[in-house]
Amino acid sequence: MSFMDILRTAVYALRGNWMRSALTSLGVIIGISAVIVMVSVGQGTQAEIDRMVSGLGSQRLDISPDVPRSMGGVRMSASSFFTLNQGDVDAIREQIPEVQLVSGTLRGSTQVVFAENNAATSWQGVQPDFFDINGWVVAEGEGLQPQHYTAADKVVVLGETVRRTLFGEDSGIGQTVRLGRTPFTVVGTLRPKGQGGFGQDQDDVVLVPLETARRRLMGAMGLPPGAVMQISLTVADARDLGYVQGEVESLLRQRHRIEPGAADDFRVRNISEIVATRTATTRLMSLLLGAVATISLVVGGIGIMNIMLVSVTERIREIGLRLAVGAGPSDVRRQFLAEAMLISLVGGALGIVIGIVGALLVGRFSELPVQLNVQVIVMAAAFSVATGLFFGYYPARKASQLDPIEALRQ
Amino acid sequence: MSTGDAAGLPRSGAVPVIQTHGLGKVYAAGTEAEVVALRDVDLRVDAGEFVAIMGPSGSGKSTLMNLIGCLDTPSAGRYLCDGVDVATLDAEGLATLRREKIGFVFQGFHLLPRMTALDNVAMPLGYARVPPAERLERARAALEAVGLGARVDHRPNELSGGQQQRVAIARALINRPPVLLADEPTGALDSRTGEEILALFKQLRDEGHTVVLITHDAHVAAHADRICIMRDGELHEASHEELHA
Repeated sequence: MSFMDILRTAVYALRGNWMRSALTSLGVIIGISAVIVMVSVGQGTQAEIDRMVSGLGSQRLDISPDVPRSMGGVRMSASSFFTLNQGDVDAIREQIPEVQLVSGTLRGSTQVVFAENNAATSWQGVQPDFFDINGWVVAEGEGLQPQHYTAADKVVVLGETVRRTLFGEDSGIGQTVRLGRTPFTVVGTLRPKGQGGFGQDQDDVVLVPLETARRRLMGAMGLPPGAVMQISLTVADARDLGYVQGEVESLLRQRHRIEPGAADDFRVRNISEIVATRTATTRLMSLLLGAVATISLVVGGIGIMNIMLVSVTERIREIGLRLAVGAGPSDVRRQFLAEAMLISLVGGALGIVIGIVGALLVGRFSELPVQLNVQVIVMAAAFSVATGLFFGYYPARKASQLDPIEALRQ
Repeated sequence: MSTGDAAGLPRSGAVPVIQTHGLGKVYAAGTEAEVVALRDVDLRVDAGEFVAIMGPSGSGKSTLMNLIGCLDTPSAGRYLCDGVDVATLDAEGLATLRREKIGFVFQGFHLLPRMTALDNVAMPLGYARVPPAERLERARAALEAVGLGARVDHRPNELSGGQQQRVAIARALINRPPVLLADEPTGALDSRTGEEILALFKQLRDEGHTVVLITHDAHVAAHADRICIMRDGELHEASHEELHA
C-alpha cells in the first residue's frame, strides 16, 4: 500500500469511531501542552536567574545581623538584634584594603505623600557607595551630595514607581514630599531597573541619607547608636571574594568580642551562593515539572495503546479479511501503526498550539517568567511522534501476527 | 484418489493451478491432543475446472481449504500453487501468493461495513500497488461483471445477501487470480439466491476461471463438473453411487 493509501485507510478507521479517537488524542494533547508550558516556565525561570547573576556580579558580599537564639528561642530586645553598626562599616573600609565599596543601610516602610497623592513604599537609608554597589543611577536631579550625608539633610531620591505615583509626568525635583510626617526635598530620581530576579518591583523605593533615616525615619525603635541593618560591600577583583569574606568575618568577630567557638551574631552572604542555591532549586523545579509533564504524556500514550489493542480485537475479522485478500503482515502492521501515529500527531499538533497559547497566558497573567523557544516546540513534536511509535508498535505488531484462519473464524 | 487426469479437462500442457502430493496436516503434533486433520491428499485442479470438495464437518475440508488458500502450511507433502511451492514461503510470501493466486469467497461475505461496494472490491488492489484511478475502474468493471453495476455506491447493509455475495465475488476476481476458492458460498443464502450464485460460478467457469467450491451440501456440489469427497482427512474422487446417494 502506498503512503497515501495507508493514511486514507487510517483516517477512515479513526473517523468511524471519531469520539473515541478524539478522547484518545486528548491524552496526548494534554501531555504535549503540559510539556510545553512546564518547560517554558522552567527555562524562563532559569533565564531570569542568569540575568540576575550577570546583573549582580559575583563581587558582592552582604552582611546582616544573625542573632543566636539563646534563651530557648526567646526574642531579644531591639538593641541586641541590631548587632551591626557604623563602626563595623568604617572598620571594614579602613582595615580591608581589597574592599572597593562599602555601605551600611537602614530600611523600613513608609507612606510617601505629595499633595493628594500618596504611595506606600519602602525607604532605605544609605551611604554614598550604596549607589554603585547596587547599580543605581540618578536619572534627574543632583542626587545625594556629600553635605546631605554629613548634615543629615531631609532630602530624598525617588524610585521610578514612586515618582510616577506622586508626580505622573513630572520629575518632582525640588518638590517637598512627606515621608510619614517629615517633609523631605526631592533631589533626584532613579533610572528604572524593572522587575528584580525574585519578581519584585525594584523601582518601588526611596533613598535617603543614612543619618537622616536614623534620626527621622526609625521612629521609637530604641535603636542602638550608630546601628545599621545591613552592610553591603564589593571587592575590586572577584577572585578576592572568598578571602575578603574570611577577613570580614574575623574582623567582625574581633570587634564584637565573640569568643572562639561561640556563634557569630552576624552572617556574611555571598550573592553568588544565593544564586547557586536558587539555580539548584529552579533546576529541581524544572525537573519536577518536566517529570509531571512526561508522566501525563506517558499516560496519554498508554491511552493510545489501550485503544489500539481494543481496536485490534474489534476489527479482527477485518484483519483476517485483509490478510486473506493479500495484505502481508507488514501491511497490517503499517496500517495500525499509522492509526496510532495519526492519533498522536493530531494530538501533538493541537497540544503544541494549546501549549504555546497556555505558555503565553501564563507569562501574561502570572508572576512566573516564561521563555518559549523553538527547541521546546521541536522537542514536543518529536515527543508526539515517539509516543505514537512507541505505544502504537505493540498493538500493530499484535495485529500483524494474527493467524488469518483464526481471525476469519471470529 | 489420484490426480485429476481422468475426470478433469486439463488445458493443453499447462501447469495445473493446484497440485498436491501426499499433503498432510497434523495439529498439536506429539501431544495427547494430536489431531490428524489431513492424510496423504493428492489433488490436481487444472485451469478452467469447476471442482467441488464435499464433506461433512470435521472431515478435514476446512483444513484442505486453508492449505489450498495458502492461509496455512502443510505438515507433510507438497503443494504447488500455480507452480509455486508454498513450503518455501514465509508469512509475507504467503500473503503475496494469496494476493496473486487466490480469490476467496466466504460464507459470511466478509465485506467491510463502512465501505461502499466499490471500495470493498477495490481494496485488494491497494495491496497489489495498482494506481488508485485504475483500481476504481477495475472495481467498477468487476461489479458490472457480477451484475451489480448499478449498486457500486451502496454499503453492504444496503444490499441483500445475494448482492453482498456478488460484491464478495467481484472482490475475489479483482486481482485476476488463477483460482477462485469459495467456502460454503451459499451457506448464508436462501436456496433461490444460492442457485443464482452457483449459476454465476458456472458463468465464471465458462469465461475461463478456475473455481474450487467447498461445501457440505451435495446439492450445491452437484453444480460442479467434478466432485471430490473428504472423509476422515482423506480425499476421494466421488463415485457415481456417492453422487446420487
